[in-house]
Amino acid sequence: MADIIVDCVNQTCPIPLVETRKAIIAAKTGQKIEVIGTHPASKKEIPMAVEAMKLKLLKITESNGVWHILIQK
Amino acid sequence: MAKATLILHSGDYDKVYSALIIGNGALAMGMECTIYFTFWGLQRLKKGQLSKGKLSKMHMMGLGKWFVKRRMNAKNVVSLERLMRDYKELGGKVLACDMTMDIMGVKKDDFEPGIVDECGAVGSYINEAQHSDITLFI
Repeated sequence: MADIIVDCVNQTCPIPLVETRKAIIAAKTGQKIEVIGTHPASKKEIPMAVEAMKLKLLKITESNGVWHILIQK
Repeated sequence: MAKATLILHSGDYDKVYSALIIGNGALAMGMECTIYFTFWGLQRLKKGQLSKGKLSKMHMMGLGKWFVKRRMNAKNVVSLERLMRDYKELGGKVLACDMTMDIMGVKKDDFEPGIVDECGAVGSYINEAQHSDITLFI
């Protein structure tokens, strides 16, 4: 279960990345953040940001064009 | 920490979008970011002027801009005001060119409050850019 949910459904560039970053700043170390979105490029780019910030990417799932990305700070 | 330093020389509506989207992207990917607003770009820092630029191409006395804005709305692209708020919230830095301020008679009081971190000249830009991984002139 995620500690923080970031709903970016129907949002486009750069909002999913920006809202993910805000949640990462707000989260405490160890907390889990779930980002939900529909913007296809962000599904690839949020994991890139997670890697650049050396955080943990726990899970990526997608169904019917809606993706869920689980990150741990 | 990795860093991006952008120069926004243009005050065109679409180019201000480019600068703020790249700036937000850099911050979101965990980088630091500074945008140096100079010449026509500096005009966009004045109160209420952020989204007042023309389109760089096909402005057509405002018709082109109206059309592009309508398309952007339909595609859920956020406003420049929202992008600037996000940019500042994520710790983005805004430098204003003081030579442009002199030339164009722009005073600090003319700026939208809470946006400009510093006024500086080319030395401020080089000082930031020499420690940057990305630098762009827009």
